[in-house]
Amino acid sequence: MISVLEQRASQIHQDGNSPFAMDCEKHSVAGSVSQRACVFCGSRVVLYPVADALHLIHGPVGCAAYTWDIRGALSSGPQLHRMSFSTDLREKDVIYGGEPKLYQALVQLIDHYRPKAAFVYSTCIVGVIGDDVAAICRRVEAEKGLSVLPVHSEGFKGTKKDGYQAACTALFQLVGTGATDDISPLSLNILGDFNIAGETWLIRNYYERMGIQVVATITGDGRVDDIRRAHGAALNVVQCSGSMTHLARMMEDKYGIPSLRVSYFGLEDMSRALYEVADHFGDGQVQQRAEELVRDEVAAILPDLRRYKKVLSGKRAAIYTGGAFKAFSLVRSLRTLGMKTVLAGSQTGNREDYRLLRELCDEDTILVDDTNPLELAKFVQEKEVDLLIGGVKERPIAYKLGIGFCDHNHERKIGLAGFEGLRQFAREVHSTVMSPVWRLVPRRRRQLAASQANSLSTENLRPSCAGECSACDLPHCNIPAGQEILL
Amino acid sequence: MTLLRHTQGGEITERQALTINPAKTCQPIGAMYAALGIHRCLPHSHGSQGCCSYHRSTLSRHYKEPVMAATSSFTEGSSVFGGQSNLLQAIENIFTIYQPDVIAVHTTCLSETIGDDIPQIAEKASEKGLIPEGKRVIHASTPSYVGAAPTGFANMTAGMVKYFSQSTSPNKVAGRVNVIPGWVEPADMREIKRIVAAMGLESIVFPDTSDVLDCPQTGVHEMFPKGGVTVEQLRAAGDSAATIALGPVCSGPAAVELTNKCGVPHATLPLPIGLEATDRFILELRKHNGGIVPQEITDERGRLIDLITDMHQYFYNKTAALWGDPDQLVSLSELLLTVDILPKYVVTGTPGKKFLRQMGDVLQDRKSEVQVRQGTGADLFLMHQWIKNEKVDLLIGNTYGKYISRDEGIPLVRHGFPILDRVGHQFFPTVGYRGAIRLLEQILEALMQLQDVECSEERFELTM
Repeated sequence: MISVLEQRASQIHQDGNSPFAMDCEKHSVAGSVSQRACVFCGSRVVLYPVADALHLIHGPVGCAAYTWDIRGALSSGPQLHRMSFSTDLREKDVIYGGEPKLYQALVQLIDHYRPKAAFVYSTCIVGVIGDDVAAICRRVEAEKGLSVLPVHSEGFKGTKKDGYQAACTALFQLVGTGATDDISPLSLNILGDFNIAGETWLIRNYYERMGIQVVATITGDGRVDDIRRAHGAALNVVQCSGSMTHLARMMEDKYGIPSLRVSYFGLEDMSRALYEVADHFGDGQVQQRAEELVRDEVAAILPDLRRYKKVLSGKRAAIYTGGAFKAFSLVRSLRTLGMKTVLAGSQTGNREDYRLLRELCDEDTILVDDTNPLELAKFVQEKEVDLLIGGVKERPIAYKLGIGFCDHNHERKIGLAGFEGLRQFAREVHSTVMSPVWRLVPRRRRQLAASQANSLSTENLRPSCAGECSACDLPHCNIPAGQEILL
Repeated sequence: MTLLRHTQGGEITERQALTINPAKTCQPIGAMYAALGIHRCLPHSHGSQGCCSYHRSTLSRHYKEPVMAATSSFTEGSSVFGGQSNLLQAIENIFTIYQPDVIAVHTTCLSETIGDDIPQIAEKASEKGLIPEGKRVIHASTPSYVGAAPTGFANMTAGMVKYFSQSTSPNKVAGRVNVIPGWVEPADMREIKRIVAAMGLESIVFPDTSDVLDCPQTGVHEMFPKGGVTVEQLRAAGDSAATIALGPVCSGPAAVELTNKCGVPHATLPLPIGLEATDRFILELRKHNGGIVPQEITDERGRLIDLITDMHQYFYNKTAALWGDPDQLVSLSELLLTVDILPKYVVTGTPGKKFLRQMGDVLQDRKSEVQVRQGTGADLFLMHQWIKNEKVDLLIGNTYGKYISRDEGIPLVRHGFPILDRVGHQFFPTVGYRGAIRLLEQILEALMQLQDVECSEERFELTM
């Protein structure tokens, strides 16, 4: 076992034989090179996709600069959310208070853009200098006649998860303020999908094909007016449970709307989501349409999946996600492709998440909570993985180690949700795991040289294709059979 | 569909309380970048976890490298009782597990406002035996509501002098100069070292991120790559014959500090981007090597001039819009004027008194044709409005200009920080004569590519 920070030992589960008792939901150890972010970050990523709202960040410029259009949350209409608005607090504002600036900025922006609503994000400094953001919001709301919602997202007030909660609290102020008369009893809200690479559009299309009305998408391709009438929907379907469970719970308490926790990643989870939704309504026609949809969609991608699986079988993957729920789906999807998950972890998973993950993974899979690059690199090397799935800070680490990488976070440009998403996921994994460039990496070359010394069969000379290249017609597998690779 | 159709031209309203699409970011990221240029140093962000995460992500997106930094992970409690216990714990943990030689602490808006005294906390850490023998904790004060990223870089660089540099003798080491390169790419720092060596001088370049953020692929993830200025070099900087500060904003304060503390005379020059600015750098170096300019350098200069003459007809009457850091903008503007392109709009969010005067010196009799804006309201929204009202031929700046580029159909030459959407820029210097060659090649390529794509078929030609 590798050495880890002592205080972190309980947040790692390495040994399949030892009893499972993993710690999580702890605050990061000071001094750790944590991959985590802050409360503000959590609120910002959740609310940002509401495209016709104004998003004003109250604080020094940095918080606005770093979150300017970083997440590819697509909008089919307005693009207002992709601008960066900041009160850009300076030293004198910190001394005398930022309220006048906030008021002035809000008024100026609302007059200019006439947004449907405004979110005002508090950053660390606002919490310390004591600006009454809520009061300014109320004042502007009264003067301008539109909802101006404070988001209590001071960075130090907890973790990213607390930011999700603050975002849900802000959203909940909108819910229940719109008309619901034309909403069908067969209706739902999509919660916790952010329309990265158009995923919300795909999922919405599935539900609509099943004959279900989608009232609001929260927040992917989100619109203020849809959120206002979201309480008229018969069901909340919640993905990325970490970010939206709080909203679903509040809507259940106040409006009696039940919710289903789903995942749209992978064959099993996607199908199960549609079936569970259909079963919830208990409508024979909807159930039949769901079955047809799943059958058609699966049939459409199976031939490709089989081809990818043939090549990817036996490859080893490590997963490090933001929320743990995503990790479940990834483990299953990798299994669909014949791959083994040797390390799984998340920034914000809870005990129940890790217990589930433990069940889902193999005996010897390492589980980590809130890891750091040093640990990650060591585990990844020790376990000889072929693929790391993670976010922006993990990508260069994977490449430095000479292994493939797949972004499952904000920066991906390819939809990975839905049935089509699984095909694209397989393609993504294939494109990087089987890339010929890894043959150039010294560590891999040494491994190859070692395996060559053990066996001179041509199979071992092929790091990427395991001798099956001639059987497949995929882009990277064009090494003629029998050709040796220069080591 | 026009992206960012939320921007209109017409009458431009003054904004005192609002920044839209900033042409700057906050101090701490500059401090983090500078600290990465010390050998075996772990930058440490004394504030909430998000700050550190954002800085690391942005640096990673730009340099395509792992960026290591730790954080004090402030909680609600720290914001009330102060961050001392967090920092003490952090120092202990960092030296135990990551084992750097130096921890470079920079502050954030939060820790500055609650009034944490970093030197006092570091002193306490030392008393408690948390700092192992031979290891150091240094710091820079970088509240996010003062200055901007370049001043954060400057503060941390000055901190290196404050903490490390020493004058051990009144006789300075002849033939050895300190060069403070400013916030430029690792490749630029490498090029500056090459130029100084070609001039026959020994150099101490600090900070130096080459071989830290442009590392070769070795199949290993190094927590502390081989590059970076060593503590020993930083100490010895106090005995060098002179300091050349490249860029007054980023490098000036450290050079002044060296003069005051160790009596090392300094010269502050513009960043050596472009012909004239590089000439000044070479002339300054010449003062220390007996007045020689080797043929190698003379030839590089000659090739640059040759290139400029080859290109000049295509630059005639062209206009450009520039945004970014003051030190970069001054030198870029000068380069553009040299080749007959007018830097029509220039915007920086970074405050600082010298910038407008320097721009005035560069623009001289063309001032009236140019709009320059700095500080409050100087952002990319304003830039976009200006361009809507009167177009330019070329954009030069960081990735954030791509919205304007797309909306207005104006080619963008990516330069500065951050570049989030391209790979490879980190390997090409833009300083020195060779850097200027690269930059001009990119500029002409952008203009000619647009012409080839947009011209009518009958105007489409094989030759230039």
